[in-house]
Amino acid sequence: MDASEEPLPPVIYTMENKPIVTCAGDQNLFTSVYPTLSQQLPREPMEWRRSYGRAPKMIHLESNFVQFKEELLPKEGNKALLTFPFLHIYWTECCDTEVYKATVKDDLTKWQNVLKAHSSVDWLIVIVENDAKKKNKTNILPRTSIVDKIRNDFCNKQSDRCVVLSDPLKDSSRTQESWNAFLTKLRTLLLMSFTKNLGKFEDDMRTLREKRTEPGWSFCEYFMVQEELAFVFEMLQQFEDALVQYDELDALFSQYVVNFGAGDGANWLTFFCQPVKSWNGLILRKPIDMEKRESIQRREATLLDLRSYLFSRQCTLLLFLQRPWEVAQRALELLHNCVQELKLLELKSLGYLCGLVSEKGPNSEDLNRTVDLLAGLGAERPETANTAQSPYKKLKEALSSVEAFEKHYLDLSHATIEMYTSIGRIRSAKFVGKDLAEFYMRKKAPQKAEIYLQGALKNYLAEGWALPITHTRKQLAECQKHLGQIENYLQTSSLLASDHHLTEEERKHFCQEILDFASQPSDSPGHKIVLPMHSFAQLRDLHFDPSNAVVHVGGVLCVEITMYSQMPVPVHVEQIVVNVHFSIEKNSYRKTAEWLTKHKTSNGIINFPPETAPFPVSQNSLPALELYEMFERSPSDNSLNTTGIICRNVHMLLRRQESSSSLEMPSGVALEEGAHVLRCSHVTLEPGANQITFRTQAKEPGTYTLRQLCASVGSVWFVLPHIYPIVQYDVYSQEPQLHVEPLADSLLAGIPQRVKFTVTTGHYTIKNGDSLQLSNAEAMLILCQAESRAVVYSNTRAPALGGESDMLGMAEPHRKHKDKQRTGRCMVTTDHKVSIDCPWSIYSTVIALTFSVPFRTTHSLLSSGTRKYVQVCVQNLSELDFQLSDSYLVDTGDSTDLQLVPLNTQSQQPIYSKQSVFFVWELKWTEEPPPSLHCRFSVGFSPASEEQLSISLKPYTYEFKVENFFTLYNVKAEIFPPSGMEYCRTGSLCSLEVLITRLSDLLEVDKDEALTESDEHFSTKLMYEVVDNSSNWAVCGKSCGVISMPVAARATHRVHMEVMPLFAGYLPLPDVRLFKYLPHHSAHSSQLDADSWIENDSLSVDKHGDDQPDSSSLKSRGSVHSACSSEHKGLPMPRLQALPAGQVFNSSSGTQVLVIPSQDDHVLEVSVT
Amino acid sequence: MAVCIAVIAKENYPLYIRSTPTENELKFHYMVHTSLDVVDEKISAMGKALVDQRELYLGLLYPTEDYKLCRYGYVTNSKVKFVMVVDSSNTALRDNEIRSMFRKLHNSYTDVMCNPFYNPGDRIQSRAFDNMVTSMMIQVC
Repeated sequence: MDASEEPLPPVIYTMENKPIVTCAGDQNLFTSVYPTLSQQLPREPMEWRRSYGRAPKMIHLESNFVQFKEELLPKEGNKALLTFPFLHIYWTECCDTEVYKATVKDDLTKWQNVLKAHSSVDWLIVIVENDAKKKNKTNILPRTSIVDKIRNDFCNKQSDRCVVLSDPLKDSSRTQESWNAFLTKLRTLLLMSFTKNLGKFEDDMRTLREKRTEPGWSFCEYFMVQEELAFVFEMLQQFEDALVQYDELDALFSQYVVNFGAGDGANWLTFFCQPVKSWNGLILRKPIDMEKRESIQRREATLLDLRSYLFSRQCTLLLFLQRPWEVAQRALELLHNCVQELKLLELKSLGYLCGLVSEKGPNSEDLNRTVDLLAGLGAERPETANTAQSPYKKLKEALSSVEAFEKHYLDLSHATIEMYTSIGRIRSAKFVGKDLAEFYMRKKAPQKAEIYLQGALKNYLAEGWALPITHTRKQLAECQKHLGQIENYLQTSSLLASDHHLTEEERKHFCQEILDFASQPSDSPGHKIVLPMHSFAQLRDLHFDPSNAVVHVGGVLCVEITMYSQMPVPVHVEQIVVNVHFSIEKNSYRKTAEWLTKHKTSNGIINFPPETAPFPVSQNSLPALELYEMFERSPSDNSLNTTGIICRNVHMLLRRQESSSSLEMPSGVALEEGAHVLRCSHVTLEPGANQITFRTQAKEPGTYTLRQLCASVGSVWFVLPHIYPIVQYDVYSQEPQLHVEPLADSLLAGIPQRVKFTVTTGHYTIKNGDSLQLSNAEAMLILCQAESRAVVYSNTRAPALGGESDMLGMAEPHRKHKDKQRTGRCMVTTDHKVSIDCPWSIYSTVIALTFSVPFRTTHSLLSSGTRKYVQVCVQNLSELDFQLSDSYLVDTGDSTDLQLVPLNTQSQQPIYSKQSVFFVWELKWTEEPPPSLHCRFSVGFSPASEEQLSISLKPYTYEFKVENFFTLYNVKAEIFPPSGMEYCRTGSLCSLEVLITRLSDLLEVDKDEALTESDEHFSTKLMYEVVDNSSNWAVCGKSCGVISMPVAARATHRVHMEVMPLFAGYLPLPDVRLFKYLPHHSAHSSQLDADSWIENDSLSVDKHGDDQPDSSSLKSRGSVHSACSSEHKGLPMPRLQALPAGQVFNSSSGTQVLVIPSQDDHVLEVSVT
Repeated sequence: MAVCIAVIAKENYPLYIRSTPTENELKFHYMVHTSLDVVDEKISAMGKALVDQRELYLGLLYPTEDYKLCRYGYVTNSKVKFVMVVDSSNTALRDNEIRSMFRKLHNSYTDVMCNPFYNPGDRIQSRAFDNMVTSMMIQVC
């Protein structure tokens, strides 16, 4: 058999029961055949068809062959199936008819009758044919064999009940065949018998079960019946079926128990309700615990007995089924990993019961109980008695002495922990470890308990189980107290004191433990116990005053923190210290300003994330992702190269997850000793939020980072090792600074103005008597008032001493001429430097002040015939109004006879912003005037709005030169209507008469290239030109010509021209211009202007030809548009030079001629000018 | 019906744990915590075998002898575990009923998660969930 042939461990019992087959007849024959038979029978499987639609099974048959006795046949009503003979075989070797008739037939008949009497129909007759015997009597039985006879006699209709086995002991093919036939027959008959008998049995059993509601029904009885069935199945190696029987029994029994519990009591159950006297251990090593079975049979079994018997049977079957794991599952689903724990639990509870675990050792009552218990265990089973490791011995030993119990208990616990750890059930291992720790604590071995408690606590902390944490911590605290680990104990106490899962009393107790310790005078005064802060109090927020956390040297900084005390009672703290790390800043102030905008909240409050609570560790301990956009641009063209997202706090996120043990380990906290501390003494921390204010005076400039927060209670220091997020404050030292700035928008030259001096003292302290020494340029005056005042301002951002002193800066209004013409409208500026000596520096501060000149001045020469006037125009460019006074124009030259007669009536004149004022003087002279005149204009000015100034201001001066200012020529033009007409008419030619008169004799100014001398007469060449820019007139014929003008007074030249008015009305006369005509040889390079010389004038009409009286004049058909002297490109051309404005007086300028429209005009155009 | 119902986060910390007030709460905490061992074991075994089956119910985890309690496990797809401790003396409770209780629990938990004000990973403080758990615990007690 598969199961039994397996090399099973010796504890597993091999099933010895086999279906019984009786043998009658020739016993010697059977004995000779038996070895082969028992070997061959199970070799081939047989299909077993079952009743009730159960699936057919292939089974290997095996039999227990016994000698036939009548007692073996079951009597009526015997339900025992195990001893039931399933088949009866009659063996005979008879081959002789005589012998057959004489003995065998009678024997057979008798056998048959016995069977019939017991209504057993399962039988078989085997006739063994032996060749050796047969040979001797071949002739005796020629035709009918014994087989036929037997068949005739006994198997009237069942011929298959008789088989022939030929030469069973020989090794021939015939023998083999005959064996096979025989075995097949045998198996078939056996199965038939099984089917029939088992079916009948099952039917009976069911009938019995149906009666279970009847009063007299007994479960035990039924149990025995169904178990019988199970036995048979087991016997047939049908362990599955056998197991089903037990499961059914189990279920039935459970159902009864449940019903019993529900009040539906069955009588038979009361048998089980006896007090438990015995608690024999379960025996798995025997297939059938016959003692228990018998007790069940006798209805004396207890519930425990029944249960354990059932279970042991189930286990046995499961083991046969090669399913030990199911044994485990069924054994409270525990075997492969939990059996040890079960034992442990049982053992420990037994230990409790017997007082072995108690600290005092067993007392008498406990001892009594122990004795009872040992008695209840019963006698040790003989089969285990010899083994040293038997559980009974162990248990007995354990229960009989404390030491032994301890030893066994520890053995088991360690084994369990090891087992759990190795199969990965860490939590269970920790739990057992905790139990073990409790045991150690009871045994006064806290040093051994600690490691288990720590291990368990670590596990709970890692997974965030609050209640187990609290509980384990409480145990740990006790343990540490016993061990005298003061630091650890205090730390655990502080954790417990802040634990909200504990009651208020417990928390107070632990808090008091800390305070008691703290108040003890310590042995060594410097000794500190450093504990982490987070359990004691939490830093909630921090607030700087000033809120930007930037303070100048010497300034006062307040740091206000909110601490949330976790203690249940108010705690008096001797001092709270913030250790500050000082670093000298490099680019601090800029950095600070930037930092301010970036990092600080507007109100200056920094909130701290709440300390990670014990749970959930894995989530809250991670800071949030700080993601930022990132753009990278190419440096050359600012185009986007790459973009992306960067995480700023990678270092926080990607660091190794520290084991949470650090939470518990005080070694992680190191007290930093720093030179810079913020201190606050004698604070009482109430439970909940507390405000604590630190005050410090800033000393050295730099960045101060708040590192650690310590609170000391006696010799106990609670330390927050790192303040995160980083909190910094900056102390800056500013060098004294001096700013000078005007009060108005800009400084104007020439008038007193106020300038503000701002001194930012920075770190420098102004002492009494400190002064600023100003060294100024000469051109600028500093007007100091008698009482110089300085106002000290102090503003919050940067306290500074601001001084304001009046300085009346006045730049000299005298201007260099060249400066003036630079820009049209803008004021000319000039810089003046002021050097200031400050008391805090050995170097002078040089400050440049920019002054703007408020005026712009132009001059012009005006003529009236030979009388000359000088006009000066003063333009106010500034925003201020001024009062002008005392205008003077003086000739700085040496001509004494020149008189400048002012025509200005008012001495005082206002000049408003952006307005102009004109001054005019007449030039008078008696002798011949000099060719040029140097003048200086000066005018006093003062701001119009100012009250009377105490000082006299320098006047504004303007120097200029006037040249060629007296008149040489008088030009007079007249237009006459055509002859016979009263008025000029449009379209008709009128005559233009130009009269050029020289007014003076030869003068110095005439001496130039144009002057020609002949016979002591001097003449100069002039070119005239008639231009009508307003296109009122059309000049007919030559519009220009060159004349030779004698250089003598009263010399006159007359020119006639034809002009035609184009419009009607009063028309101004066309302009007549005069140029000096310089000969070509003068090597004068002038700018070349190709357009300025136009050969043909389209309008010119050659009418009057060369009608000029002075025929020496050059005939020119060109019209000269350009007033500038010009020379034709590349050709030696004469040059024209404009006469200075003062030398030509046009006496007819401004006159107008009336032109009336022509009569036949249909269209009248009137031009009004 | 149930004497203790616990919801345990993926990281094995309790999101919700509730036991009958008459019994020692701590004991249940320890009990549920140790049963996580079995849950882990079952999940890792399931990971190989039952990927497709979407079977969330883990079945009986761990019967405890001394208290006549059985623990059943259930794990959601997001590895949130439900552990229920039931009184095993109550044999009327069949596997299917346990399953349906777990389904109810799961549905209620899903509702909690759907709450936009609930931060996944926080302890469950929903009143609706609490009431549902209470109803499941009261049924027999």
